Formats: sequence, C-alpha cells, structure tokens
Amino acid sequence: MMDREVLLSVKNISIDYGSGKKVFHAVKDVSFDIYKGETFGIVGESGSGKTTIGRAINRINPTTSGDILFKGKKINGKIDKVTDRMVTEKIQMIFQDPMASLNERAKVDYIISEGLVNVHPEYDAKKRSEMVKAAMEEVGLLPEFASRFPHEFSGGQRQRIGIARAVIMNPELIIADEPISALDVSIRAQVLNMLMKLQKENGLTYLFIAHDLSVMRFICDRIAVVHKGKIVELAETEELYAHPLHPYTRSLLSAIPLPNPILAKQKKHIVYDPSMHDYSTDKPRMEELRPGHFVYGNEKEMNEYKRMVKE
Amino acid sequence: MDKNPILSVKDLVVRFKLRGRVLTAIRSVSIDVFQGESLAIVGESGSGKSVLTKTFMGLLDNNGWIESGSIEYDGKDLAKFKTEKEWLEIRGGKIAMVFQDPMTSLSPLKTIGKQVEEAVVLHQKVKGEEAKKRTLEILAEVGIPDVETRYKQYPHEFSGGMRQRVVIAMALACKPQILICDEPTTALDVTIQAQILSLIKRMQEKYNLTVIFITHDLGVVAEMADRIAVMYAGDIIETGKCDEVFFNPQHPYTWALLGSLPQLGVKGENLYSIAGTPPNLFKEIKGDAFAPRNKYALKVDYVARPPYFSVSETHKARTWLLDPRSPKIEPPEYIRRLKEMEVK
Repeated sequence: MMDREVLLSVKNISIDYGSGKKVFHAVKDVSFDIYKGETFGIVGESGSGKTTIGRAINRINPTTSGDILFKGKKINGKIDKVTDRMVTEKIQMIFQDPMASLNERAKVDYIISEGLVNVHPEYDAKKRSEMVKAAMEEVGLLPEFASRFPHEFSGGQRQRIGIARAVIMNPELIIADEPISALDVSIRAQVLNMLMKLQKENGLTYLFIAHDLSVMRFICDRIAVVHKGKIVELAETEELYAHPLHPYTRSLLSAIPLPNPILAKQKKHIVYDPSMHDYSTDKPRMEELRPGHFVYGNEKEMNEYKRMVKE
Repeated sequence: MDKNPILSVKDLVVRFKLRGRVLTAIRSVSIDVFQGESLAIVGESGSGKSVLTKTFMGLLDNNGWIESGSIEYDGKDLAKFKTEKEWLEIRGGKIAMVFQDPMTSLSPLKTIGKQVEEAVVLHQKVKGEEAKKRTLEILAEVGIPDVETRYKQYPHEFSGGMRQRVVIAMALACKPQILICDEPTTALDVTIQAQILSLIKRMQEKYNLTVIFITHDLGVVAEMADRIAVMYAGDIIETGKCDEVFFNPQHPYTWALLGSLPQLGVKGENLYSIAGTPPNLFKEIKGDAFAPRNKYALKVDYVARPPYFSVSETHKARTWLLDPRSPKIEPPEYIRRLKEMEVK
C-alpha cells in the first residue's frame, strides 16, 4: 500500500468564485492524493464544492491557490502548451446529464471523435472511424448507431456515448461527475458494471463525484467527504462505513435509504448542525487517526474522535 | 387500517395516440387503495406508474384517454368524468399531488406566500388576514423557518428541499384525503431526502392522509410504504405488504429490481443488471411482458398472460411460477442477502 504510485496529487487548493466583496470560497484548502488504478470518491451535498474540485483538475475552473500535480507535473495555473495538451488527452470527464453534455446537432460519430480531431490531427478519417467503432463496442453500443443523433437514444445509451467519448482518448484519469444520478435503477447497474469493466481492462483511475453513498460504497476504494468546500473526513471505503467519525459523515450515512423494511423503519436520521463546532480559539486541522483515515477537527474534537476509534 | 378501499381501480386500460399510432400505457390494472395507508408504486421509467396516478386526477395529456375500466372514489366513477368542472371538486380538495421537480410546480413570478395562500383561499374558504394567518401556520408546519420573511420571497430564493416543502404545504392547504407523491425526492440530496420523507410521514399521521408514493428507489419504498405495487410495462405484476414483497418476492421482475440495488452488490463483482429493454407498448403484448428478459421464463410465459396467484391474503403476483404445475424455482441468492442485511 505504501509504494503505490500517486497519479494525481491535489495540494492545498482553494477555489474562489467572484472577487472583491462578492467573493465566494467554493473550495478551501483541499488536499488529497489519487493512486494509480484506484477509484477515489468525493461525496457531499449540492453546493459543497465537489464538482468544483473535479472541474479544477480538468482545468475548467481556475484555482486561486495551491497545486495540482498530475504524474508529478503541475497542471493548474499557467502551464506550457505541451502539458496542456497532455491534460486534455489524459484526463477525461463524464458528466451527469447526458443530454446536456452532448451536442444535439452532431451525430454520435462526430461527438465521440471530436477530441481525437483536436489532439491527434494526424489521424486520417479511416483510422478515426475505426477508433470510434472500437470505443462504441467497448461501451456496449452498436457501431451502426454512429450515424444517429443523441436524441434518438435512451438515457442509459446517451451516458454510454458520453463514456465512449472519454474512453477514445485513452485517458489515464476519468473524472465522473454524478454519472448515474440521472439514470433509472436498472440502467444504473449496467453503467456501473461497464465503468468497472473499463477500469479493469484499461487500467483506468477514476475520480467519482456523487452524493449517493450507497453507490459510492460499491464502487470506490477510498472516499473523501466534503462539506462546504472542506474535506471533513477521508478514509478507505470500508473503514469509513465501519467507523465514521465526523458528525457530517455520520449524518450522510444515516440518510442512506435501506432496502429492508424492518431496518428502514427503525432507522434514525442524524441531523448535522455545523454550529456544533466551536473553532473560535481551538483551531481545527486534519489529522490521521488510524492508518489512512483522516478527520477534520480541533483538539477537543480529536480527543473525542480518538476515544471513538478505540471503542 | 380500515379495510374499506378509499379508491378502487378496476380493469383500467389507458391508451395514448402518438404520431398516428396507438400505445397502451396501462394494460388492465386493478388495485385498491385503503384509507390511511401508504402505498408505493415502483417500476422503471416508462412502466406506467405516473400515468396510472394521473388518471386519478384527470391529468392525462390530451392525446391520452381511458379506454375501459373504472376508478371508484367516494361513490363516483372518476373514469367517466368528462368535464373540467367535475374534476375541480376532486383535484386538490380530495386528491392532491406533489411532483418530482418543485420548480415546475411553482410559479417563478409569484411570492411563495401568495401561491400557498391561493390554495388556502380556494379550498378552506377563508379570505384576507385569516387566509394569511393560516398560510403562515402551514408554512411553519412543513418546517420553513422564519415564515414572515419567507412569505414574501420568490421560489428562486429557496433551496430545492425548501421548495419541495412549499409544494407539500400547498398540497396540504387543500385538505386532501389522498396525497400522491410522484418521485418527491428524486431531485434532492440524500440528507434532504431523509428530511422530506420524515415530513411526509409526520403529515400523514397528523392529517390521517392516504399516501400513494411513486418511486423507482426501493430504499425509499422500504422506509415509507405499508404496501407495494410493482409495475412493469403498464401492468401491476406483484402487490403485497412491504415485508412480503421485500422478503418473499415472487415475480422474477421483482427479483431483478431488488437485485439491481447497489446496496446488495458485492465489491469487485458485477452488480446484477436486467438484460434487454422493456417491451414496445405500441405492439400487443402476448403472455408475460417480462418473459423475453427473464431467464426463468417458462414456455407458457410467451403464450398466455399469467393470472394473479395469491401467496397470502394480502400478497399476490402475476407469474406462472406460482402455478402448482410449474417447476420449483428458488429465488436468486441476493434476495437472501437482503434479509440478512444489518444496520451499519
């Protein structure tokens, strides 16, 4: 575990929207590493900044401070053209709403190959169409669909187009922003299975962003819980579910719907009230309480968490 | 629970005309809804669960109609209603609905207070100061803080969860008997979802409401429902008490639906997923609609539509597997896993 290769390293990044008096700190001093081949999850409610983090990695949102290193190379802020191209190619994104993220006036074959045209202009049309065909097969779409428009597909198929578009670039890191939230239960399972298959076959690394902890448990190796732009807890998935420390994590876990009528009806939802933290004099920090399990809190809370860990 | 049905649907068939072709969205559905219960209708998108409940309020789109069957409510047959005037008495006042996306149910141009007050004035027959007082009361009741200020605000100043609370307040202001919740929490975060669900439960107890819950999320169903109806391709294929459907499901489609829950997945293994796609409702369906996607399908499933077989007094399923002549088939292993689930 110690000698795993770090693919992406996020170091103390902050991201602000607006400036001057109207500035809004969407992400505050967030750090984490993503190892090669793992699935790293970011969980939080809407407005917590989880999407902003993903978009910053992909250079869609500029960072205010901090560093993002991809394979040891700085990729945020001002970078040279070669690095920029490398980011475009090696870090791909899958979006939540497949209809909103696909060009409705373009045919599937154009949508999927658009990235290739930009990054590999040396490929000729024949090579491109072969690659499109291979990518479509990989995500379970019939190659005949290449000449259709996105509106002719169901939600699950559209999401597959979105995934094919990412996979064709042969990326190393895929940022999946709520890729299954808009899909039906049965389709969700299909898309999740496919994402796992692609990971195994192509050695992909995923950054998975979602609010649904039940899905995250199934797919993620490690999870970071984000609240109001800050990571409040980070641990391996099973560790996080077995020993949630931060009250916000416990609140999220208690909100997962349980598919078992007896348990569901006994379940108590824990409400998280951020005003419970008194950080006026005793300043909070991130601390590793168990191997790989980090939690955010001040001295007093740390003692409390340490007691919980021992139990 | 009262054993008299408050709403009784018999052999309902609903059709739509789409691009010159006729589609059968509801294929002869019968179901009773009992006073004070919460009934959950589950199924994939396109299974007809929303269409079914829309017929209870006369909200079918213009290209849809009730072909045959009856919907008995309060001594009247809702399926026979022709004019909007007849519906006005039922809509809101007797049966109210909460939709998935609160933004589509609220007017962006009017203040929250005015919109809720409209329902109060119309259904509680009060005016002026009294109407405002009641509006503030009901807003406070659904958990909106600082109601005096919130009364004057517009929907865009509210968060998603708060908007859904407002929509529930509007529905309750009508003093309905039946509250239909169409995917009320699908657009919301898990923590907000938990709050809205507990609000609905609280309101149900307080006002002795009958709640019909439409959802595809079985986790929500387990928490909210007394009884479950599983829909597939415009038909109810299994109904029973919540425990019966979760712990002793009979129809292979119910197995499949339960199996695709990520909560039941084993890490590193593939999640169970239902192969194929739902049938084309433009065509006439022969036999069991789920047969082509069902690995347990028998020959008879492709020929004759199965009748309901009773499992218990409250539990029945439309599958030939329950026929005494059928071979014995054990439900898949993950159904057992569901029973053994522990609280974490």
